[in-house]
Amino acid sequence: MIHFVLHEAKDTVAVAVVEGIKAGTDLTAWIMDDDKQIPIKALQDIPIGHKIALTDMAVGDTIFKYGTDIGRVVAPIKAGEHAHVHNIKTKRW
Amino acid sequence: MISKDTSFWGYRRENGRVGIRNHVIILPVDDLSNAAAEAVANNIKGVLAIPHPYGRLQFGADLDLHFRTLIGAGCNPNVAAVVVIGIEDGWTQKVVDGIAKSGKPVVGFGIEQHGDHDTIMRASKAARELLQNASEKHRVECPVHELWVSTKCGESDTTSGCGANPTVGNAFDKLYDIGSTLVFGETTEITGGEQVVVKRCRTPKVAEDFMAMFNRYQDVVNRHKTSDLSDSQPTKGNILGGLTTIEEKAMGNIQKIGKKCLVDGVLDKAEMPTGPGLWFMDSSSAAAEMVTLCAASGFAVHLFPTGQGNVIGNAILPVIKICANPRTVRTMSEHIDVDSCALLQREMVLDEAGDKLLDMMLRTANGRLTAAEALGHREFVMTRLYESA
Repeated sequence: MIHFVLHEAKDTVAVAVVEGIKAGTDLTAWIMDDDKQIPIKALQDIPIGHKIALTDMAVGDTIFKYGTDIGRVVAPIKAGEHAHVHNIKTKRW
Repeated sequence: MISKDTSFWGYRRENGRVGIRNHVIILPVDDLSNAAAEAVANNIKGVLAIPHPYGRLQFGADLDLHFRTLIGAGCNPNVAAVVVIGIEDGWTQKVVDGIAKSGKPVVGFGIEQHGDHDTIMRASKAARELLQNASEKHRVECPVHELWVSTKCGESDTTSGCGANPTVGNAFDKLYDIGSTLVFGETTEITGGEQVVVKRCRTPKVAEDFMAMFNRYQDVVNRHKTSDLSDSQPTKGNILGGLTTIEEKAMGNIQKIGKKCLVDGVLDKAEMPTGPGLWFMDSSSAAAEMVTLCAASGFAVHLFPTGQGNVIGNAILPVIKICANPRTVRTMSEHIDVDSCALLQREMVLDEAGDKLLDMMLRTANGRLTAAEALGHREFVMTRLYESA
């Protein structure tokens, strides 16, 4: 079963595509552009549609999704943690 | 698989355009005429009143857009005939004259000097005759490239960008190849992905026109914003669904224009395309506003991907919903026309998802009611540019 998808190998976050992902679970992510699967581990519960961090990130780092800059880190994020509005903000507006 | 030879059964209108519905509409010019329009629709079973809240003391470009939207809706090929009702004769006649240029039957009634009762009686008599005439129109075989197809997504989440929007993109690439007329828009919702769109513009002139529209809309946001637009763009629903920033939402949004098709030109709001190809329309990202502008521009079917489950429809433009979020498909199944969830479980490839959507588009074109039509969603929301005089 695929639990997360990411668009490109350089993406630093992946999207949960199934419900009920629990902290501590070993999971599978699918890199869509490369059609390749990789193992990942969730450190927190991740609701469906929400993102998991794939690497450790520091304040000021750029978040990559679709191989593109989609915002900046505003609170430190560890690989496996929930990545959302509490630790990522837009660079626009 | 769709090809140049694929056809569907549609209504060929007086001006040659092809529609997929055969509505007789009762169109108010202004808010004051909604009651009369709805009374006519109550009298004559099978006609459709399209109430809206505007049309008084507008001026300049905002008034031009008001007329363009009403006249465009009346000219839409999904409409067989129109009864226009306005508070006074002048602007009523302006709308009638604009719709009459399409060659379709249209009559107008002004309420002043008559009152609601007399107007409703005369308009009902006209509506009955137009409806009976329209009911004799037959569907004829039409090539699929004559079907104008619009897209706009709503209540998006991250599954939109991974699944539902690329499904539309795949369908758009295939429709583009056979010479269809296509449109996308949502100007602020391209923020963060504007250079991706620029690279897809056919000529430097198109790219320049697109960026002028994009920058103008950015100026509007910057002039009026009181925050970073959190909760507005992305919306509360987007954020609940996992979308974090406007850049992320924009990258998901532009998956709808596929991987190959080029942007051939730009359109002002409710402006009609002058030829086939992919058009960008400067527009709000609010679902009902954007879909109404597509209807007014003459589009006959709409592809609407959703993540969290936007329930929108439109009075005259059938809206087909595509969803790749298994929770939404489970909890809101009555709103979803095409389920693309298998895409994200690697159980279906994008080409298959696109074909599945095109199959539903053809079934809808042939007469199948969309979920939104069956549920009675008839949103018609006009875009305003500024205050009335």
